[in-house]
Amino acid sequence: MNDIQSHDMKTLRQRTDELRQRMKGATQGGGEKAIEKQKATGKMTARERILAVLDSGSFHEYDLFVEHAGKDFDMDKKYLPGDGVVTGTGTINGYPICIYAQDFTVAGGSLGFMHAKKITKIMDHAMKLKVPLIGINDSGGARIQEGVNSLAGYGEIFYRNTLASGVIPQISVILGPCAGGAVYSPALTDFVFVVDKISKMFITGPEVIKTVLGEDISMEDLGGAQVHSEITGNAHFFAESENECFDQIKTLMSFIPWNNTKKAEAFPIKQPKNKVYKLSEIFPTDSKKPYDVRLIIKAICDNSDFFEVHEHFAANIVVGFARMNGQSVGFVANQPMVLAGVLDVDSSDKAGRFIRFCDAFNIPLITLVDLPGYLPGIDQEHAGVIRHGAKVLYAYSEATVPKITVILRKAYGGGYIAMCSAHLRADFVLAWPTAEIAVMGPEGAANIIFRNEIMNSPNPEEARQKKIEEYKEKFANPYVAAAYGYVDAVIEPLKTREFILHAIEISAQKKEDRPIKKHGIPPF
Amino acid sequence: MKPVKKEKPEIHKLTVLGEEYATTFTRKYNNRKPYTPVDHKKIFSFIPGTIKNVFVVKGQDVQAGDKLLTLEAMKMDNEILTTISGKIKEVNVIPGQMVTKSELLVELF
Repeated sequence: MNDIQSHDMKTLRQRTDELRQRMKGATQGGGEKAIEKQKATGKMTARERILAVLDSGSFHEYDLFVEHAGKDFDMDKKYLPGDGVVTGTGTINGYPICIYAQDFTVAGGSLGFMHAKKITKIMDHAMKLKVPLIGINDSGGARIQEGVNSLAGYGEIFYRNTLASGVIPQISVILGPCAGGAVYSPALTDFVFVVDKISKMFITGPEVIKTVLGEDISMEDLGGAQVHSEITGNAHFFAESENECFDQIKTLMSFIPWNNTKKAEAFPIKQPKNKVYKLSEIFPTDSKKPYDVRLIIKAICDNSDFFEVHEHFAANIVVGFARMNGQSVGFVANQPMVLAGVLDVDSSDKAGRFIRFCDAFNIPLITLVDLPGYLPGIDQEHAGVIRHGAKVLYAYSEATVPKITVILRKAYGGGYIAMCSAHLRADFVLAWPTAEIAVMGPEGAANIIFRNEIMNSPNPEEARQKKIEEYKEKFANPYVAAAYGYVDAVIEPLKTREFILHAIEISAQKKEDRPIKKHGIPPF
Repeated sequence: MKPVKKEKPEIHKLTVLGEEYATTFTRKYNNRKPYTPVDHKKIFSFIPGTIKNVFVVKGQDVQAGDKLLTLEAMKMDNEILTTISGKIKEVNVIPGQMVTKSELLVELF
């Protein structure tokens, strides 16, 4: 008998065994039946998800033995393992991460007081440690039995989401239902990931809509992954499976820094695949012909790797991450292939938000311009294209990261100004010789400026064509703007990468001050 | 990873500031609702519910702001007023009647 142990004391091994026993009980989730049900719907369990997204062996769980605080409705007789949420820390690609995952198998992942406490505790950790936060949502919503305490829990999460915004990257993954007030935590975070047929997000569910409005709609059609990826824009990344979703998260993490005081990790320099992406084959000089601007981005960026954000939403503008000489950059590009690349309500929201993310997290912005203007239409005007469009102006003007603009073809009117023009303080405005920087297109302009001449001519159609040609010759080029210094350099298209690389390199120490204020009032 | 199984996108014409461009349309753009001007002469139910009271009859003159009906929905009595003055052309509901959304309740000349 060891001297330091008395007879009735358990040995260290016994204590450890006892701990393991307790852990086994606490990590069982809602039990076999509930787990089976979860799997039957194509879903992983909360812990499986965390393990799948984090680096192997890096996950460390906390608050495993937290118990719920429900007293009413016989809740005090119930044991809810971990109170329906798994929290901890780990790494992704070696980067530190704080993470939580709601466990649908435990009381439907419902959010009670202690459940929320676990989440807010890991959020507070993320803020102290200045590391990204990932929240995996799979919850039936508020735990009704805990009443107002449950609401308080949501409120505490929203408040922290807001304070953390722009300080640490926040990622929400919707892997199950996320309804009612619960949707607002994802909505406050930077990137929302959804998976086809698994994610469901809405404020008011189909049942209530049916009762109140008499309108029939399925959960999928109301707030499924496709709806939020394509129609509402609430989701930034769409995946076919949970594993694909986790791969997307890992890729995203590689492009963004831990926090707003750091830069994203640098990668080895790789040249674009110029044999695959040839400008001469991708790019039509006729400004009325469509092409896929993503191919231009791929012709410019490292290894032709472009990671698109909001791929399916407002496809008339393209935003996403790439690398230039190993350094992470954000691309914003009008997409002539879709709706002629116009700015409208949705594309303005999409661009404005992306620009602000890049600016908050020290990611230089590269803007490729080729747009005819704003989308005409009563629906657009009534949907508030004025205040939505203003977001792009606001975001670009406000941004102090290096801003490089390349005007490819059309840059007309208000669209020209909005797309990170010199006037909104682009650091470098480059233009291809195909650029047309003008107050509007040649036809529209000729019809207005020469209206009388055309009308009074013996052959108006001939006169119109002549005037259009005249205008094209004089104004549909980059040289008028260059003559005023609004374009810094008219460049050979094949030298675009080189110019951008140089611009980024010499902007490495860029520091631009803005007037001191509590905060601006962006056109929300 | 496409939400929509994409067939070969159809090329459409889009006119912006007098210039016509070849491009594709999004599903959301194609599904946008056409604008219909508000017709103040036709009063539709804005929510499903039960007609509690009817205050007007066919042929009656009404002034803008007059009460036409009470529509009970979501445990609230909603007073339905006319925004214009005129004569009642038709009353399509009676007290106690259940109505769905967007049903034509009252029409003015």
